[in-house]
Amino acid sequence: MARRTRTMNNTFYGKLIFELSKEGRKGYSLPENKLAEYKLADLPDALKRQEAPCLPEVDEMTVVRHYTNMSNNNFGVDTGFYPLGSCTMKYNPKINEQMCNLPEFTHLHPLQGEETIQGALAVYYNLQRSLAELSGLKEFTLNPYAGAHGELTGLMVMRSYHLDNGNPNRVKVIIPDSAHGTNPASAAVCGLEVVVVKSRPDGTVDVEDLKPLLDENIAGMMMTNPNTLGIFEHNIAEIAKLVHEAGGLMYYDGANLNPMLGKCRPGDLGFDIMHINLHKTFSTPHGGGGPGSGPVGVREGLEKFLPNPRVSREEVADDIYWYFMEDCEDSLGSISGFLGNFGVMMRAYAYILTLGKDEIKNVGPLAVLNANYVKESLKYYYELPLDGVCKHEFVFDGLKDKSTGVTTLDVAKRLLDYGFHAPTIYFPLLFHEAMMIEPPENESKETLDEFIEVMKKIAIEAKENPELVKSAPHNTPVRRLDDTKAALKQIVTYRELLSVDEL
Amino acid sequence: MSKIIDGLYYSESHEFVKVEGDFGYVGITDYAQHELGNVVYVDMPEVDDEVEAGEDFGAVESVKAASDLVSPVSGTVVEVNEALEDEPGLINKDAFENWIIKVELSDKGELENLMDAAAYKAFIGE
Repeated sequence: MARRTRTMNNTFYGKLIFELSKEGRKGYSLPENKLAEYKLADLPDALKRQEAPCLPEVDEMTVVRHYTNMSNNNFGVDTGFYPLGSCTMKYNPKINEQMCNLPEFTHLHPLQGEETIQGALAVYYNLQRSLAELSGLKEFTLNPYAGAHGELTGLMVMRSYHLDNGNPNRVKVIIPDSAHGTNPASAAVCGLEVVVVKSRPDGTVDVEDLKPLLDENIAGMMMTNPNTLGIFEHNIAEIAKLVHEAGGLMYYDGANLNPMLGKCRPGDLGFDIMHINLHKTFSTPHGGGGPGSGPVGVREGLEKFLPNPRVSREEVADDIYWYFMEDCEDSLGSISGFLGNFGVMMRAYAYILTLGKDEIKNVGPLAVLNANYVKESLKYYYELPLDGVCKHEFVFDGLKDKSTGVTTLDVAKRLLDYGFHAPTIYFPLLFHEAMMIEPPENESKETLDEFIEVMKKIAIEAKENPELVKSAPHNTPVRRLDDTKAALKQIVTYRELLSVDEL
Repeated sequence: MSKIIDGLYYSESHEFVKVEGDFGYVGITDYAQHELGNVVYVDMPEVDDEVEAGEDFGAVESVKAASDLVSPVSGTVVEVNEALEDEPGLINKDAFENWIIKVELSDKGELENLMDAAAYKAFIGE
């Protein structure tokens, strides 16, 4: 039954590294001390540590075995399918890593003169141009450190535009009730006011509800298209027209850009500003596990507000020279050190070049096909509140048969037993038992079939043996966690753990 | 089936007001606590803060989601339920008993914009 066994994991080395510590044991040998003439006694008292640091004393082999066992307890996109691909992160092709690990790039220092970093500046410039072409906007900055940082930067551009036009009162940002939580958060951090517009029963923005909100204090509207329910906002042209007539700007949340690739460009839909989460659409690592990147694009006329520094190029004789543009005085300023997270840009650029202009057009259609295939295969087992063709993702409202008492959380936990990651659950908030599934374009039909089969099996188990599902997971290194207690009683260091009598 | 108490006023964002004289006790409904799941943090205003009907006055965080608290009434906060600071889970035990703020009502006419128990029952579809 369990497709994934855990027996390979060694319980001894799987303990906390501190529990493997043995006083006096060490995993290093120090080189000859060339600073022997300096004595600890010469150091001022204020600079001396008062107590020894709490560090584990272990040999190298123990360290390697411990962390290798730990990594085996992890679920990653390299070990199996997870049905939230373009939401969290799609597979990271290994060629991306090879490219960003080229010593010609890794050995650069940001303070080098621009004539010595021409290759890096060319990557920055070309990626910026590629994103502009894919999204139908004039120009991009790659400086923001992550998607949410990009949202803030984009809204600062919006704010700068209104201030520049002598409209300091334009502070209201309209956000649909189905929006990602980052939208209102970014608006609030930017000092703007959030106004919520309701959704229609089909999950799209209610244009009639929008109209009375459009007044002289509107800064703009933030939208995700397709929205968080995976539905294309078919009234987008009318919405953009209304917002523009009211003097506002349209902001595109790039979280759901994946299904658009090759079919549709935010700039052509009437959007003025957007951010892209490189990890969702362009196969870079997810920010939560390392550096992220949230490029921001703008339509013509807004580029002067983009953050410094910016990169441009000029043709010199038969050659091209890339350079940092002079700081623009209308710019909103600098929002990052140097050019942002360059390694992430390298990966995204490698992905775009690997696919090429023709192949990249298949990304959106294939992602949409995959999502619809899974949706249609499972809709007799799970409640589909919005029927019809979805884009790259769709939402089930729990199991079709509600009489079993098995919840979305239980299904998600049971999936882990079968070696699949759980989908996003309890978002969007429009449904009580939301389960959001989005298989990206690169998953094979065989993988999707396996996932479908397991999802059906869980629905049958929920009927025949509900307790089995409610008490899942059974085969994972840890069973169901007490997330309430984890939130209330946070223990994040070993020192804290030692000071607790009982968990 | 959620608990609904007669005589209280209810908002569409699932807050209740229990009126006693010039004061109103504001909290979230039993239906709301059930939807949220285990509450792990309640962000409350301070005594003497002003609240306004339809405006946020705090937030409830559960293991599932964080939700804004929208005040159903306007007035001045005269008391906050400090017990929730140490034990936010009290809201799950009894949402109506464990109100969040006590407000000195500045406009009792606002209560007419809220639902009574029967209307709220229909609103949540139970």
